[in-house]
Amino acid sequence: MNPIVRIQNISKEYTLGARQAVSANLRETLAGALRAPLRRLRRNGSAGKETFWALKDINFEVQPGEVLGIIGKNGAGKSTLLKVLSRITEPTTGRVELYGRLGSLLEVGTGFHPELTGRENIYLNGSILGISRRDIDRKFDEIVAFSEVERFLDTAVKYYSSGMYVRLAFAVAAHLEPEILLVDEVLAVGDAGFQAKCLGKMGDVARSGRTVIFISHNMQAITTLCHRAALLDEGRLVQLEETAKVIDGYLKSVGMASVTPLVQVWETLERSPGNERVRLRAVRIVPEAESGSVGIDMQTSFCLEVEYWNLVPATKVIVNFAVYAIDGSPAFETFTFDEPYWQGQVFCKGLYRSLCRIPAHLMNQGTYRLRIAFLDEFAEVLYDNVEAAIFSVHDVGKRRFPWYSRFIGNVHPKFEWTTELLERVADEPVETFPSQRLYDQA
Amino acid sequence: MSVLESKLSSSEVQPQSRQVPLPSEPLVVIQQSKPWVPVNLRDLWTYRELLYFLAWRDVKVRYKHTAFGILWVVMQPALTAIIFTVFFGLIARVPSMGQVPYVLFAYSGLVIWTFFSGAVTAGGQCLLANAHLITKIYFPRLLIPSAVVGGRLIDLLISLVLLAILMLRYRIAVTWSMLYMPLEIVLVVLLALGVSMLTSALIVRYRDLGVALPVLIQLFMFISPIVYPVGLVPPAWQRIYALNPLVGIIEGFRSALFNRPINRWALAVSSAVTTILFVVAVYFFRRVEKGLADIV
Repeated sequence: MNPIVRIQNISKEYTLGARQAVSANLRETLAGALRAPLRRLRRNGSAGKETFWALKDINFEVQPGEVLGIIGKNGAGKSTLLKVLSRITEPTTGRVELYGRLGSLLEVGTGFHPELTGRENIYLNGSILGISRRDIDRKFDEIVAFSEVERFLDTAVKYYSSGMYVRLAFAVAAHLEPEILLVDEVLAVGDAGFQAKCLGKMGDVARSGRTVIFISHNMQAITTLCHRAALLDEGRLVQLEETAKVIDGYLKSVGMASVTPLVQVWETLERSPGNERVRLRAVRIVPEAESGSVGIDMQTSFCLEVEYWNLVPATKVIVNFAVYAIDGSPAFETFTFDEPYWQGQVFCKGLYRSLCRIPAHLMNQGTYRLRIAFLDEFAEVLYDNVEAAIFSVHDVGKRRFPWYSRFIGNVHPKFEWTTELLERVADEPVETFPSQRLYDQA
Repeated sequence: MSVLESKLSSSEVQPQSRQVPLPSEPLVVIQQSKPWVPVNLRDLWTYRELLYFLAWRDVKVRYKHTAFGILWVVMQPALTAIIFTVFFGLIARVPSMGQVPYVLFAYSGLVIWTFFSGAVTAGGQCLLANAHLITKIYFPRLLIPSAVVGGRLIDLLISLVLLAILMLRYRIAVTWSMLYMPLEIVLVVLLALGVSMLTSALIVRYRDLGVALPVLIQLFMFISPIVYPVGLVPPAWQRIYALNPLVGIIEGFRSALFNRPINRWALAVSSAVTTILFVVAVYFFRRVEKGLADIV
């Protein structure tokens, strides 16, 4: 099949400090020209000019109807690629061929003017997005209905609440119907409800058979919406394949890099954290995932593990794990009370390992801090390490409904649910409800 | 459950083939453009509605929340004409053109001047003022200065209404020479567009010019025949003076109105200067346009 977007050897070079150089004042330019009149002529030589490649030799193709996610760390070149594709900035080298009309949504409400009314802004914003006036006329009522701001249509948008403003802006954007749609993740900011609406609409667009290129840090959205994903790193395309594999690669490159290592071992007793009663030897957080996967996601179980020296003779040691979200709110705490062998026993001096298995589908997505405390049988604290480890739980699972932001709470357990139909109001045709048929059969 | 699942799982299927076949030639090719590539007229035509909406926004926003609204379009040159008539016509006794009343002389010049200075003042800043658009979405950047000039052109056409009323009041005869008026207006539009493109592109690079621009515009007003007739300039200076394209345009506009012989030489010089300036401006604007989103 022929691609709808063909990207060939795209590179984009920026001059470092270009901003200052460019907006430098006339006097400096003139003075510079007088001092070194030949420099401008020799400008093509790169000597003395620091440049960097925001994009380097990007090559890929997008098939019609495909939803392609683009992921990468901040500064990996995602936004630059989007700007090149949407023709906001020109590539330094290379060529892009588009075999369809392209619409880009780098933000909602581009060109909204605060002094103009909602009605006027619909037309202005629509034409900026490339919707023809006739199409806006045709879809006007639909846009207004979607935005839920009918009553304020003839009020200047500067008097709108921020929610109304964004709703109206998004309503216009949602009616953009190009063959290729570029969407930036900035769309997914705003309150959770708006985010869900945006991403839900994107899902609709994707299902309607149009081609979508979507940039995001939101791994659930990428997993759920995109067929394939491209991973950029330092301006290069490092991976382009099935979404799940690329996300795994992404997590490998960023997921754990920014937090404390998940395995910490202190070889010598003297240097290890602790006191004269208890000293740590190792703290490990080990995902029990299938091979190849790294990190912890909401679907993986993992073990919290501590190795410690008990230096107090003949005491009954109780280990306490407390997990806090990074904002300080507690997630849970757990003790060795349920431990079947050593619970209630007298510990001799020695090296011990205690391990606690956290089941899958318990922790919500987020970054957590593990606090490890050691107590004796009188609940006296032997040693308390408030930041024994920091770990992240990712949410990369597919969602079954258009909600892509974080669930509330530090835990998100999988509970058992049941729903029953108690009584049917029989004024709708049964055929539209396959679930109803299932129920009747059952 | 099954409804929801069947609806959503369709996103998991592989790319669907579309009914509409793709064109064999790419609709758009994105690559580093050469500065001497001509203006993409097809692109401009595609975005013609945006030009209209941007110009309309300019007019709409300018007079929104003003007590007199669109009346200001006429009041600006009219009030200036009255002030000039008092100070230059009555007190300084600056001559007019032939027997034409000074107020009519001043207003006819000011109609053109108000358009030009308004367009250039706003035009110079237009790229900076629309930076939020430039960095977020693609459209031909030429539309931005064009829309500014277009918005002011609407003002110019409205202020011509008062000119017509004044002409009736002072019983100025309607003659064939008035057919030159549209030509002068086209020239001044091209001139304003050229200067706007040039200054806006320069101001993006050298913000100094933005500060200096109002002073330069004021200077321009005094080296243009607005408060005085061209004849007041010493003959030795006439040739250099005529290099200012506004000289031929304003003089020609008045000659057309008041049925005076058209100074074809001045008109030719104005047209030539305007055309050269316009071409240079387009070339320069296109050069700056390429990297605009990165520097604005």
